[in-house]
Amino acid sequence: MTKKNPVFSFFSSVKLALFTLFLLAVTSIIGTVIPQKETFAWYVQHYSESTAKIFQVLSIPDMYNSWWFLGLLTLLAVNLIVCSFDRFPGVWRQIKADNLATDLKRLPKMRLSSNWITDKSKDAAATELTSALAAKGWKTEQRRRDNGNALLLFAQKGAMTRTGVYIVHASILVIFIGAIIGELYGFKGSVMLPEGKTTSSIFQFGTGKAIDLGFDIRCDRFDIELYDSGMPKAYRSKLTVLEDGNVTLEKEIVVNDPLTYHGITFYQSSYQGYENFILTVTDQQTSKKERVVLPFQQPADIPAFNASVGVINAEMMGQSITRMKIWFNDDKGPASSFWMNAGKQVTVERGDKRYTIDGKQMYATGLQVAKDPGVWVVYIGCGMMVLGLVVAFFMSHRRIWLLLTNENGKTSVLLSGSSNKNKIGFEKSFSSLSDELNTNSDN
Amino acid sequence: MDSSQLLGITTFTYMFSTILYAVIFIFKAKKLGPPATVFTIIAFLVQTAGLILRWQESYRLGYGHAPLTNMYESVVFFAWTIIFLYLLIEWKFKTRVIGAFAVPFAFLAMAYASFASGINKEISPLVPALQSNWLLAHVITCFIGYAAFAVAAGLGIMYLVKNTSESRQTTNDKTLLGTLPPLKVIDDITHKTMVFGFLWLSVGIITGAIWANSAWGTYWSWDPKETWSLITWFIYAITLHARYTRGWGGTRIAWLAIFGFLSVVFTYYGVNFLLSGLHSYGSS
Ligand code: HEM
Repeated sequence: MTKKNPVFSFFSSVKLALFTLFLLAVTSIIGTVIPQKETFAWYVQHYSESTAKIFQVLSIPDMYNSWWFLGLLTLLAVNLIVCSFDRFPGVWRQIKADNLATDLKRLPKMRLSSNWITDKSKDAAATELTSALAAKGWKTEQRRRDNGNALLLFAQKGAMTRTGVYIVHASILVIFIGAIIGELYGFKGSVMLPEGKTTSSIFQFGTGKAIDLGFDIRCDRFDIELYDSGMPKAYRSKLTVLEDGNVTLEKEIVVNDPLTYHGITFYQSSYQGYENFILTVTDQQTSKKERVVLPFQQPADIPAFNASVGVINAEMMGQSITRMKIWFNDDKGPASSFWMNAGKQVTVERGDKRYTIDGKQMYATGLQVAKDPGVWVVYIGCGMMVLGLVVAFFMSHRRIWLLLTNENGKTSVLLSGSSNKNKIGFEKSFSSLSDELNTNSDN
Repeated sequence: MDSSQLLGITTFTYMFSTILYAVIFIFKAKKLGPPATVFTIIAFLVQTAGLILRWQESYRLGYGHAPLTNMYESVVFFAWTIIFLYLLIEWKFKTRVIGAFAVPFAFLAMAYASFASGINKEISPLVPALQSNWLLAHVITCFIGYAAFAVAAGLGIMYLVKNTSESRQTTNDKTLLGTLPPLKVIDDITHKTMVFGFLWLSVGIITGAIWANSAWGTYWSWDPKETWSLITWFIYAITLHARYTRGWGGTRIAWLAIFGFLSVVFTYYGVNFLLSGLHSYGSS
């Protein structure tokens, strides 16, 4: 062993890890008690001028992005990397070790060992033991040792499980990398898009800066579905993506089921109701459709049908309109008026003509927009973490040796075993294995 | 019979279980062991039936969701998981006295859910953000973790109780605490339970992050509840490393098990009432 450089041993120590994790746990509390990302004036109002200044110096208002908090995370990462460099080679040597070259004197001293005598020759006993072990899933190798006087058999299970802890540690670094990728190459923003409107840019959170999407997105329709109790059941936006005026993707999104196009994802996040209505009138004979957007109680003309239509009354539930009273008139006698449920349609007969009218309140859909090319890296890291934890916690590297030597014309068998974890469990399986192999050799 | 009646009964059966285990412990009434186990299993089955019924009722009401969506339902599930884990430990480690330290947590949780003011027991529909299978996975995995940590804290208390008395007098099998398993065994079960909890808490945090990402496009936003779950996770990570690489054991680990569980309680309960954030639905 070479003597270690003190800087290296500082950064590879578990003491440092405990210290860093402790500091992270304690400092994280601050941001859960002091509201984050408020304005300076807000802190002055809720604390005091001088406290607000101290907060500012220490980056408390945005502590999870502050230099010192990111510094702690960096320290954790460096600690993990150095610690792994320090230890992993040793672990790899253990995984790849030539266990048939092991020091024979060590075998009888192992915590788990048992021995017995058999009449068979060494080779006959070895063949039998090998097949008995094979039946239990142990793949055996053998080698002559001690100038051919001894025959050593070796079998192991789960050598690779020694890497479990390193998979967990690496997973943390992978998650960090994913987060950094998202921070560098992604963005988060939002847009409020009225029904029927198209946009090619959105607004970044925090700065409000416009970000060009590189394509157009249109909101065709927004609907709210309610439970009988009046609680919202679903918010639904029908979105269309256009490139150079051509429709390339259409999708109805709801909360928890966003639309993704060219790495940019649109999430249903809010809405805004207008005091405007969207009415669609269809002439059933010609199937001609006319769409009008009109304010409350202000009729609009539909020249194509030589008619006019309006909303003269409405019923609200919370922010949304559930029923509306439609007024319709053309040149065929007195005007019709009738109640209609939002989102439903009604047919009106005017002389020899029949019109279908459907209408709804006009909304704007609130979309949260995010691009995060790092998210898959983060997910891979999460997968590695779970895998690594299962391996590290519940699997172990078990090894058994069988040393066959001559003893007064018979063969002496020494069985030894070791496990790096779950020693009590292995002790039990070791003793049952020992019993089984022993009777096997006896008869 | 409806689900609220069954779950109401469960509160009392868990109380009775707690008393049985306490009697076994205090009066060394070993004979009561098997009846206590049988009784607890029956109470557990009653609660299971209550949960299933509640699930069905939510379909009948037209809401159709698993009973895991508000404070009341999650506390009930928490109690259910504690009993499940306890029965598993009893079966695996063949010791009943632990019941005196684990079952009370389930009883307290049920009592809190049933009687505390401000807890809404109604089956309510899910607002859009909560309609997600990731959310369901998140709640289930977190609560398995929390329940394991509760049991570990019970074991930690048991360790400390036994340890203090052992340092004062020589314990033999005749004294009260002599009925407890040897310190080494308690220590081992505590550690294993925490390891189990840590795995589930990790999965719980991950599924929560995936849910957040599918709902709002951010897998991590440092909201108070998220942050507190991470703090709890750090505490248990520290505990595992201290034990595994620095050989901590016994009293220190027992204290950490208790301390970690306090952080769990705060994450789960304190944050809803003292701090604000995305997860405020839990307070309804
Ligand atoms: C949040 C961060 C960390 C997590 C989640 C984590 C997780 C783990 C887990 C699960 C184990 C296995 C424990 C067991 O088998 O009971 C472990 C072991 C270990 N960890 Fe970490 N760890 C973290 C940070 C670190 C850091 C920063 C270091 C730096 C020194 C470190 C050093 C070690 C060492 C040396 C072991 C023992 C490995 C062995 O000899 O088998 N860990 N860690």
